[in-house]
Amino acid sequence: MQDLLQQLLNGLSQGSIYALIAVGYTMIYGIIQLINFAHGDVIMVGAYVALGAALMGFGFIPSLLMAMIACAILGVVIERVAYRKVRPVSRLAALTSAIGVSLFLEYIMMYFLGADIRTYPPGILVGRTYSLGGVLITNKDLLVLGTTLVLVVILQYIIFRTRTGKAMRAVSYDGQAAQLMGVNVNNTVAITFFIGSAMAAAAGILYGIYFNSVQPLMGLMPGLKAFIAAVLGGIGSIPGAMLGGILLGMTESLVAGFGGSMYRDAVAFIILILILLIKPTGLLGKGVQEKV
Amino acid sequence: MGGVAPLLQLDDLHVHYGAIWALKGINLTVGEGEIVSLIGANGAGKSTTLRAISGVVTASSGRICFHEEDITKVPAHDIVKKGIAQVPEGRRVFANLSVLENLEMGAYIRRDTKGIKQDLEDVLDRFPRLRERIGQVAGTLSGGEQQMLAIGRALMTRPKLMLLDEPSMGLAPLLVKEIFSIIEEINREGTTILLVEQNARMALQIADRAYVLETGRIVLDGPAKELARQEEVKKAYLGG
Repeated sequence: MQDLLQQLLNGLSQGSIYALIAVGYTMIYGIIQLINFAHGDVIMVGAYVALGAALMGFGFIPSLLMAMIACAILGVVIERVAYRKVRPVSRLAALTSAIGVSLFLEYIMMYFLGADIRTYPPGILVGRTYSLGGVLITNKDLLVLGTTLVLVVILQYIIFRTRTGKAMRAVSYDGQAAQLMGVNVNNTVAITFFIGSAMAAAAGILYGIYFNSVQPLMGLMPGLKAFIAAVLGGIGSIPGAMLGGILLGMTESLVAGFGGSMYRDAVAFIILILILLIKPTGLLGKGVQEKV
Repeated sequence: MGGVAPLLQLDDLHVHYGAIWALKGINLTVGEGEIVSLIGANGAGKSTTLRAISGVVTASSGRICFHEEDITKVPAHDIVKKGIAQVPEGRRVFANLSVLENLEMGAYIRRDTKGIKQDLEDVLDRFPRLRERIGQVAGTLSGGEQQMLAIGRALMTRPKLMLLDEPSMGLAPLLVKEIFSIIEEINREGTTILLVEQNARMALQIADRAYVLETGRIVLDGPAKELARQEEVKKAYLGG
């Protein structure tokens, strides 16, 4: 029982990191129907920016904010340079462009910073462990859960309570109709990249701290997993992305905890295939809405 | 219109969709306060004309003037700020947003909180059924309610000119009547109307003037009552 709770807690932490990443995937997909394959690498860039800040002596929150701002801008630049022109031409071209951006980010980081695994200076978070009825909670877990919770609440507020959020939802349903209301679709897409990439940066620093490693290819696996989480939850749906992320994190943790760490990733992908076979639109996906 | 410049004027407007030549030199005017109808068969270019005015498609040549200002190259999201609202074909309400949010999207370009509130009340008074469903997601509305929402959303932009694209499409005859009387009412209150309709009978009934389009060209135009009496119009568009 204790073991189970422990694994669920670990899963929750890891799952919330996936959720943060998945939210960005799903927002960007929702608005321009593009799987932004560079999204995982934005995580990595975020982790490096935060690493730089931490090495200069900044604490967690300033490092987090710097990483988020840097990546938000990076996200907007990626959209402007690599996607905007090809997007209207063909989805496949945009997807290919995204893969190109992904490789570019990975290898440019490798070129300038090397492929070595780096770690955050211990000052960013002094490790502590608390015991709660035999279940061990580290302050890393608390940091991950707390940060995720705050960001998700802010995100929900932006999307459901602000004028910009309303425009984002309108564009994601029907860009042309939104234009007729005076919404500048290109700007709205840019804002979506801004927010989604900031979320990815936060996931990057959390991932780096949680697994104590930062390296140029670190975004690949969590990026792929978060993509699975987003599809699992129903791509385009923000609550779906969160649910998918947490479910995936917990499943992985349970599989790993009960003797199957070798199969952890395999299980994640099998789940994806099964869910898609049964419910192709994902858990909270609505499918294609009928437009009368 | 003797000397007064029309509210909207299209000069020799051409539109291409790739290799398809959709509009082949459209000349058309809409005077302030008028209801003008465009009628014609499927694919004649009626919708394309409206879409060119609202900036959703770009003209390959020709000019669109509104209030004597050339708006041919103005992007769609800025056209609405000039005072032109489009109620698109198929209504295109935001099915994922609530009725209230859809109406608020209509006021997206506006900052006058008080005026927005007032207009919202006016729209809800005009369409009591929308008030009943204010919190409901627009995708759950019936076709007629969606059409009302689409018109209400356009009214929220506070337009001088409203472009309506097939507002009667897919609606029961009684609802069509209701929608048309609402359009007349909106017009009486001072909004100029440019109406595209397959239902030529209704369109000619409420219009001051009309244009008949055939394969991207205007083939007839004149006062709506006169057009409705012409043999060729009767035969082609009014079912004999």
